[in-house]
Amino acid sequence: MIKRTVCALALGGFLLAALATGCGGSGGGSGNNQESGTTFSPRTMADALYAVIESDRTVYTRKVVDRLQDEEKVIEASEHWKDDKALPLPAQMFRMGAKMVSDKTNVFTYSLLSLWPVNKQNAPKTEVEKQGLEAVAKKQKPFYAEETLGGKTFFTAVYPDVAVAPACINCHNNHKDSPRSDFKLGKTMGGVVIRIPLSQR
Amino acid sequence: MTRARIFWGFLISLNLLLAGFFIWRLQTDNQQAFLPGKATHGHHQIELACEACHIPFEGVPQQACLDCHAEELEIANDSHAESVFTDPRSLAELELLNARLCVSCHVEHRPEMVTAMGVTVPDDHCFHCHFDIAEQRPTHTEMDFNTCATAGCHNYHDNRALYEDFLLQHSDEPGVLAMPLVAERDEPEAIGPLLSSREHDAPTDREVDPALLAEWAGTVHARAGVNCSNCHVGENPGARWSDSLTHEACESCHENEVSGFLAGKHGMRLASGLSPMSPSLARLPMDPEATERELGCTSCHGAHEFDTAQAAVDSCLGCHADTHSKSYKDSPHFELWQAEASGLGAPGSGVSCATCHLPRETHKKGGDKWVSVQHNQNKNLQPNEKMIRDVCMKCHGLPFSIDALADPALIERNFKGQPSRHVESVDMAVRRAVKNLKRKEK
Repeated sequence: MIKRTVCALALGGFLLAALATGCGGSGGGSGNNQESGTTFSPRTMADALYAVIESDRTVYTRKVVDRLQDEEKVIEASEHWKDDKALPLPAQMFRMGAKMVSDKTNVFTYSLLSLWPVNKQNAPKTEVEKQGLEAVAKKQKPFYAEETLGGKTFFTAVYPDVAVAPACINCHNNHKDSPRSDFKLGKTMGGVVIRIPLSQR
Repeated sequence: MTRARIFWGFLISLNLLLAGFFIWRLQTDNQQAFLPGKATHGHHQIELACEACHIPFEGVPQQACLDCHAEELEIANDSHAESVFTDPRSLAELELLNARLCVSCHVEHRPEMVTAMGVTVPDDHCFHCHFDIAEQRPTHTEMDFNTCATAGCHNYHDNRALYEDFLLQHSDEPGVLAMPLVAERDEPEAIGPLLSSREHDAPTDREVDPALLAEWAGTVHARAGVNCSNCHVGENPGARWSDSLTHEACESCHENEVSGFLAGKHGMRLASGLSPMSPSLARLPMDPEATERELGCTSCHGAHEFDTAQAAVDSCLGCHADTHSKSYKDSPHFELWQAEASGLGAPGSGVSCATCHLPRETHKKGGDKWVSVQHNQNKNLQPNEKMIRDVCMKCHGLPFSIDALADPALIERNFKGQPSRHVESVDMAVRRAVKNLKRKEK
């Protein structure tokens, strides 16, 4: 327990330091933590953020949703979780967290997209999103690029979002709005997209 | 003096006079001269409280809208909350329509642009993001781009009663449910023992009208141990007896009700620091004899009798004189109200003005359950789909409720008769579900 707490504090400190640096500057440049002299590139920061996001997402999917819904059959997870008195879906948990983060900081944003989304608004919109989602679907490795949106330059990282529990594929393969019904455990279903602004305008 | 000098002298003097006039008007309460155009139905009561929305020389900040509407949007599970558009991937679309700001769609002081929903809304506000909807929903192929929100199917913010799975879940409900009842109000928590008229604590040097005492003794106030001084003096240290009370006196016990009142059409002027709302200031037709009344808690509830049945119908009809209101006493809802009042109808089966416009809300928290009356009628007024879940569906099925609220003539008749319009949304959801089922079976 103590070990876990220390790890969590260390990771939290690392992320706070990364956020404090802003990782701004020119494309591919690095942030500078003046107190410790440590520098972080946007890629390092994105990788660290993904580590947290992906871990939380996996824990919620496996230890909460899959366990309670699919294994122990105690409570269901539902898209309409408020009305149905159910658990929020893992994708909804993800988006609620992303919303809360966007209310607190504009140092980075993150989203969950897919080439086969249930909600079509979560299909790729930008060329980098499309390339990134195709790349992670093929190789299950991160994809990095810079892109300009609304006159602003971003470091954009796309990470594979993998089906980590039966709950993922059961839901997506049977959802009426899903364009696919052949998702498999351990395979990529979409991508986590993290954006870090590199220019103010 | 040359003609040119006279001309310039006149022009400068005129400008100075005008500037002086506007500066003087800025110092007064009446800022009518600065109104660029009539405000919408929702805001007209506070259109002279400019600072409620505007910051001088800075326009209307988003926060001004959120100060009054954020809670409502949160409860409505706003389908297009600002957070939907905060990701940079939306930047290109935001350049077409900045959906993060309320004022991008809802422009004030432009009465000629106000739609039936009571606000301005660009015709193409759905199109920019959902232009390819027909590819996902072939049933939408023939639909016009500006009918998403006007055909009774979708609402930009509040889709709690309109989302597809909800339509399916309630698709086979009858026009009137098997148990058409609204929740009964809770008996308020007593602050002391039951009081009789002899036990009043008005100052001994005051002459107290026995009729007032009798009224008070028959109320829930006396039953709950609320004595004269609880309202007329209050709890503030050093407070003195006051004959004339405002909503602040009620607030100490009825915080939620007063909060709803101040957020709604009856109290929003008071909340903005203006004089109380009066029928003479209303845009809706009002009874000519009521024009001088001023709205506060006691204008509807009475000063000592606090008769909720009176407040639920007669107080409303004492002022409101539009066709919908005047048709109420000829409606099936009023028949039910009379039946309950006479003891023939079950408790909660009567339908008053308040049943729909100031509805009872059931709350649950930590194992506790309680019922309160929502005094903010804005919460379910416009667009009227907002009324479906919290009001109509207490007694009616969803398909009937959607159709009824889409029929303006039926609303005018205060729901006497059957809907003459049919909104296809439920049928479409059912057809799609059947189609999906067949596809799966294959």
